[in-house]
Amino acid sequence: MTKTPHISVQHLDVHIGAQHILKDININIPDKKVTSIIGPSGCGKTTLLKSFNRLWDNTADVKITGKVLVDGEDIYAPDAEVTHIRKKMGLLSQRPYPLPMSIYDNVAYGPRIHGIRKKQVLDQLVEEQLKATGLWNEVKDRLNASATRLSIGQQQRLCLARGLAVGPEIILGDESTSALDPVSTAIIEDLFISLKEKYSIVLVTHILRQARRVSDYIIFVYMGKIIEFGPTEEVLLNPKEELTKEYVKGYIS
Amino acid sequence: MRKRKFEELFFRVLMVFATILVSGSFFLIVGTIFFKGLPYLNWDMITKTPGGGFYIGKEGGILNAIIGSFYVAGGATILGLIISIPVAIFINLYMDGKRFLSNTIRMAFDVLFGIPSIVYGAFGFLIMVYFGIRASLLGGIIAVTLLVIPILVRTLDEVIRTVPFELRDATLSLGATRWETAKVVLRQIRPGIFTAILLSFGRAIGDVASVLFTAGFSDNIPTSLHEPAATLPLAIFFQLGSPVEEVQGRGYASALILTIIVLIITVLADILIKKFSKHKI
Repeated sequence: MTKTPHISVQHLDVHIGAQHILKDININIPDKKVTSIIGPSGCGKTTLLKSFNRLWDNTADVKITGKVLVDGEDIYAPDAEVTHIRKKMGLLSQRPYPLPMSIYDNVAYGPRIHGIRKKQVLDQLVEEQLKATGLWNEVKDRLNASATRLSIGQQQRLCLARGLAVGPEIILGDESTSALDPVSTAIIEDLFISLKEKYSIVLVTHILRQARRVSDYIIFVYMGKIIEFGPTEEVLLNPKEELTKEYVKGYIS
Repeated sequence: MRKRKFEELFFRVLMVFATILVSGSFFLIVGTIFFKGLPYLNWDMITKTPGGGFYIGKEGGILNAIIGSFYVAGGATILGLIISIPVAIFINLYMDGKRFLSNTIRMAFDVLFGIPSIVYGAFGFLIMVYFGIRASLLGGIIAVTLLVIPILVRTLDEVIRTVPFELRDATLSLGATRWETAKVVLRQIRPGIFTAILLSFGRAIGDVASVLFTAGFSDNIPTSLHEPAATLPLAIFFQLGSPVEEVQGRGYASALILTIIVLIITVLADILIKKFSKHKI
């Protein structure tokens, strides 16, 4: 018996206004691995990522057809519970957007909205997640300070901790290091690599070297279609498709 | 070459002149009420209600109008805020798929924004007649609330639109509902809410036309919503219309008091905005 993957995309089409952004996407995201979605700007990488947790719901003129199965459940089914689906995924956006509250409350926010009230449990969760993202030693003495006082790299790790605190199975990263300096970027990349033991990670990146450093699998998207999907080394060093070859070599971007 | 230099000089002089004209007239206005009002400003003015013969130059003060104005402007701002916050949240966070509808609502509030306050006064008066309310504090509050709602809605709307979409995505992707997201957005815009309150209060406390037939006027401090209430702008209006020099001077003193109140509120709001923007990105 084959295990169902956390995320399975079947015949997904996304239209935004008159534009056909994603065309017949079919993919099974490998569990407990880092998968990078690469491709030129405007090819639909972020659109694909955001369709995994229905972040398009709140945007006008977006039409989505096909299925995205998360743990075997179609998230676009009419009776799907969107908050429950999103809880399964932590999103790390391009720039950190800490909530307008303290460091502690940022991490505790998710658990609180999902009904955890006990201070002991929250304290433990906050400590756990801040340790998991390597922030604990830097912030343990000022948990009540505003999250905006942190450096941008620390803020991004805080946002990761905030996402992990709701107990997701999947981490979605949308060019999560693009606003960061090289040192913070390296810290985040290392975090992704260590976190894949527990989580399935999907990253969008336009930096090929980053994809090579952190990912086990690569999805190459071009003009709204998946051109190639396979293990990192294979796609980057020995691509099967002509388009992938040209992209990897830098002929098209 | 000389033409360009002349052009530079010409527009520079023009801008300096315009700046002086605008700031100069500001100081002229403040200066006028200051010099004309200050000699008549005394402790009695702000601690006493009009005594017998106040309007022919005898003893008393305008405490009735000061308190009345605070009641009307404060009540209207609170009531307006209770109505406006849900509207601003709704058109921004719940109608995002229906841009045409939300923009139509925005336009409606823009139109309301531009309606002269006498129209709100008249409309408020009609409401009062319908419900059998006489000229009273309540009537004044109702009319002024109508006046400030468009200000509050449009200000809050603009502020909410400055909140980055990613912040909403952040809470939504944690599994938050729209309402939970709205609460975070409200927290984010707290300084903006203070700005809106300030704008609304400032407009409310200075408006004459909307309270003209709705709040009435009384020499006593209102003790219930159903009693007529004096307001500062009307007090200024009545006193300046008097032929008695003493009373006219007190009119300017009243204007000075109103200006000082608005000034204090502005400074206070500024301090509060700084304090509350602690967590802002």
